[in-house]
Amino acid sequence: MFDSIQDISLYIVLAPLIGAIIAGLFGGVIGRAGAHTVTIIGVAIAFALSLLVFKYIVFDGMEPQNFSVYTWLISEGIRFEIGFLIDELTAMMMVVVTFVSLMVHIYTVGYMSHDEENWPSGSLAAPNSYQRFFSYISLFTFSMLMLVMANNFLQLFFGWEAVGLVSYLLIGFWSSRESAVFANLKAFLVNRVGDFGFLLGIGAVLMYFNTLDYASVFNAVELHKDMTISIWPGSEWNIITVIGILLFIGAMGKSAQVPLHVWLPDSMEGPTPISALIHAATMVTAGIFMVARMSPIYELSEVALSFVLIIGAITALFMGLLGLVQHDIKRVVAYSTLSQLGYMTVALGASAYAAGVFHLMTHAFFKALLFLAAGSVIIALHHKQDMREMGGLRKYMPITWITSLIGSLALIGAPGFSGFFSKDSIIEAVGHSTIPGAGFAYFAVLAGVFITALYSFRMYFLVFHGKERMDAHTRSHLHESPAVVTVPLILLAIPSVIIGWIYVDSMVFGDFFANAITVLPEHDVLSQVGFTTAFGMILHSLVTAPFWLALAGVGVAWYLYMLRTDLPAKIVQLPVIRTLYALLQRNYGFDAFNNLVFGRGSRGLGTGLWKAGDVTIIDGLLVNGSARLVGLISSLLRHVQSGYLYHYAFAMIIGLLALFGLFVVA
Amino acid sequence: MFADLPILSLLIWVPIIGGLLVMLAGSGRSGLEAKVLALLVSLLTFAISLPLFFGFDSSTAAMQFNEFKPWIAAFGINYHLGVDGISMPLIVLTTFTTVLVVIAGWEVIKNKPAQYMAAFLIMEGLMIGVFSALDAMLFYVFWEAMLIPMFIVIGIWGGDNRVYATIKFFLYTFLGSVFMLIALLWLYGQADSFAILDFHALPISATAQIWIFLAFLVAFAVKVPMWPVHTWLPDAHVQAPTGGSVILAAIMLKLGAYGFLRFSLPITPDASQSLDWLMIGLSLIAIAYIGFVALVQRDMKKLIAYSSIAHMGFVTLGFFIPWMIAANNGGSFAGAAMGISGGMVQMIAHGFVSAAMFLCVGVMYDRMHSREINDYGGVVHVMPKFAGFMVLFAMANAGLPSTAGFVGEFMVILAAFKANFWIAFVAATTLILGAAYTLWMVKRVIYGEIVNEKVAALKDINAREFLILAVLAFMVLLLGVWPAPLLEVMDLTVQQLVEHISVSKIPAGAM
Repeated sequence: MFDSIQDISLYIVLAPLIGAIIAGLFGGVIGRAGAHTVTIIGVAIAFALSLLVFKYIVFDGMEPQNFSVYTWLISEGIRFEIGFLIDELTAMMMVVVTFVSLMVHIYTVGYMSHDEENWPSGSLAAPNSYQRFFSYISLFTFSMLMLVMANNFLQLFFGWEAVGLVSYLLIGFWSSRESAVFANLKAFLVNRVGDFGFLLGIGAVLMYFNTLDYASVFNAVELHKDMTISIWPGSEWNIITVIGILLFIGAMGKSAQVPLHVWLPDSMEGPTPISALIHAATMVTAGIFMVARMSPIYELSEVALSFVLIIGAITALFMGLLGLVQHDIKRVVAYSTLSQLGYMTVALGASAYAAGVFHLMTHAFFKALLFLAAGSVIIALHHKQDMREMGGLRKYMPITWITSLIGSLALIGAPGFSGFFSKDSIIEAVGHSTIPGAGFAYFAVLAGVFITALYSFRMYFLVFHGKERMDAHTRSHLHESPAVVTVPLILLAIPSVIIGWIYVDSMVFGDFFANAITVLPEHDVLSQVGFTTAFGMILHSLVTAPFWLALAGVGVAWYLYMLRTDLPAKIVQLPVIRTLYALLQRNYGFDAFNNLVFGRGSRGLGTGLWKAGDVTIIDGLLVNGSARLVGLISSLLRHVQSGYLYHYAFAMIIGLLALFGLFVVA
Repeated sequence: MFADLPILSLLIWVPIIGGLLVMLAGSGRSGLEAKVLALLVSLLTFAISLPLFFGFDSSTAAMQFNEFKPWIAAFGINYHLGVDGISMPLIVLTTFTTVLVVIAGWEVIKNKPAQYMAAFLIMEGLMIGVFSALDAMLFYVFWEAMLIPMFIVIGIWGGDNRVYATIKFFLYTFLGSVFMLIALLWLYGQADSFAILDFHALPISATAQIWIFLAFLVAFAVKVPMWPVHTWLPDAHVQAPTGGSVILAAIMLKLGAYGFLRFSLPITPDASQSLDWLMIGLSLIAIAYIGFVALVQRDMKKLIAYSSIAHMGFVTLGFFIPWMIAANNGGSFAGAAMGISGGMVQMIAHGFVSAAMFLCVGVMYDRMHSREINDYGGVVHVMPKFAGFMVLFAMANAGLPSTAGFVGEFMVILAAFKANFWIAFVAATTLILGAAYTLWMVKRVIYGEIVNEKVAALKDINAREFLILAVLAFMVLLLGVWPAPLLEVMDLTVQQLVEHISVSKIPAGAM
């Protein structure tokens, strides 16, 4: 069975797909237990085999595998293939995706066990909702694997849109809730704006490289680095820059970078397991993965890199700020995800792709952990998500409490935790970058450290410590979640602690990604960072700003939310802060702007074009107008046909006279 | 092994004669015999069309399955049939869709079911005649004759305002084809033959080409329909019964696009080149302008009708992009075939997807007798199976990769990029607009809470409806996941067409 890595790769993608099909189409027949069994087995197979592939590629030093599975179509000799590229980057992504997915699958058994309560009574969509949920998350796993394992742009786009589809289905999973079906439409459309750029980027790649195969494009990219395209008369753009920016617009949608970030906070309408799997750990990192995969392209355009860097820095800083003013526990984690995605993007812009991808991996573990822990809290509180009604939960939920603490420490970059290694690498790398915008980015990621620590521990203290603010009824029912929930938390907590120690040397500073990621010598900031071991990093951190900023953030959070709990309300009333607070609560006005300009604007344009163009001018004036004209002429002509003999006789005589006259004159 | 059977003639006459028999069988009875007979005839026709696909020789661009009999010898009019990679897939699409239409009308049509079925069968034969005619007069006869059954279908089984819609439909399409007839007669005068392939080889001066091109344009643009002669389509769709809408969207619109490939491009390549800005402009208007108009429709059928116009914009865009590609790439037509093939694939894909969308609306209309989006909401809670299909087809309509709706748009956008960045830019807005108008409708119809009591009483799809939608779902996914066989069939024909149109037909010295 395991004769070749080609076969194994195929099994890895097919196992979750088959699980999804069985659970989706035959959910009513196999029942709940059948559905979760078949999908968990499918994902477990994918995970086990991904580990095997990881072993082959990373430990056994197997050459990267690049092969075609089948030909999608051939047009004019250009082959569009479905195929896999398995190298270190892919192998790492496969393990991360399948591991987090497996954890989420198991967790879902507990989280969705009473899902029928979330549906209106009598809804026929309710009986199979549990099975459907498992089908969707397995389908997601398949799509995400297709995305990361692609060896060409076409399949990348397939996976790209497929994960978007599943995200749409899952955000709107509770389809009777107006807010949910608004959020999923919004998510899909905003992602489509990104994909619009992405598709044009693919068009540019095909035009100049005549192929969509990664390897062929990367081999030829050197030859194209000085070619230009005329976007509008008189302006010549470097095509590598154009391709880089267009593809990155796709990443901005998928990885929720400003200004295409607006869908991610709303996506929290979906059930919490998918917030962990899709909207934190995997799908939203697809953009990061994509740019890292395209490093041979981005390395040749400082303009594109600078664009990436600045967008990432804006996202890292300003989205973090929004986390400070949220009351909904899931929204805090969501804004934290936005901000961390900004960090990853900054790393990409600084050419520290390895650091970005490393942060992607550590973040996948600790952010999935934080979301699942938030979900555990939400179950305990009977689906209440407002932190103002929480507090003191550590007594009731020890495992959730400890694992949340671990996740939070990893998130703020406490030395020794996984997030520390990845985030510190990024900050150091940006500090060494000379790309335009690096100065601003360095400030943004440093300031972000303080903000991250502040909102993380604000949440932590509000939820697990302090006064118990929930009502008496809820309090009397408080208890730790079942094992299907807590075991995934523990299993995710382990890598959140240790994965940094294990891989920072090889992944960030070593040659782990040597086959997959290209960095030009003049951009190689990671080699300038100076330390190369995990322990060295910890020692070094004690004398640098990020450590103290994080500590300060935790300290402020402790002071405001443990010691002087009366202060936050007073601070918000201060003159300048109040305006700022209002701005933050409105998400800087992005939603209002989009609703007005794009929502109402496009409906207004549509109505205008329809009523003025189609109804009034084309139909009213031209079509029915000419019909009326015909009617008018015929009504005039009707007078001629009066039926009176003498009228006709008169007309004949006049006609004859006229003809006669004509001949005479001629 | 099928070479000695006149497959194309069978495909034309079996449904026409079958349709007449169905009409006879249905008079004065419950209609069951007529319906069974209609189903058998449509299945038989579909079966006859299969050897066309599987026996097709994709290693040649020449006409296949040729049949030739003198018809009106005095004017050189012949009964000449044949197919190439362009027409063959459309014929199979026609036979496939007709089977679905017959099944879809099974219990729904209570009024004169035999005549209803017969009209569709006769229409099927006539449409296949259009696709397979290689003689211009034969083509014209089928082209005009085809209008009559559709006129009857809308006029008899249509909605309340059907008279306005039928008159509009008939006048538009009939007026258009009058110009085509003049062009055909002029070409006959020049070529002394009505053979379409002779027209292809005929050298024509630049001015004459422009006039012929415009004459054809009127006929075909109305059929496609292109902006601004599109307004008959939403009206016709809204008034037509479900089956009528399905045939209209899946097949009839393709006739116009087919006309461009069979007549306009090869007969007047120079005029096509000098007027390509117009065609591309109108195509882009169809994609963007109509996309916005679709967004604000309140009637589901109108919305899908407008979305059809936008999708057909990709077809005409792909067909008329070659010269801009050549101009932008130093005279090389590389990439042009991708645009034309993309347009072709879009025709087939739209056949499946729009048929599915109209059938979905039909399923709801049969139960609620309303097409107003606002009357619905929360359908998923009463019709979960149906909702699953509807969301799938909506995604295909929005061009999701791995569904049929993606393939053609993708190819055309890639080709358009080679011609001009901004053409690709406007075309790619369909990614946003298509998703916006389709999924916003889905949100309001399928999702949300049930507010209308009538929705709460809806019953999920029955086995018959399930079968139709499942077959279409299979085709939509198959074409999206593995379009290679379809491309293979049309590849050489399209390449030959590109070669043909890349050479000027203006006679030397006569500019």
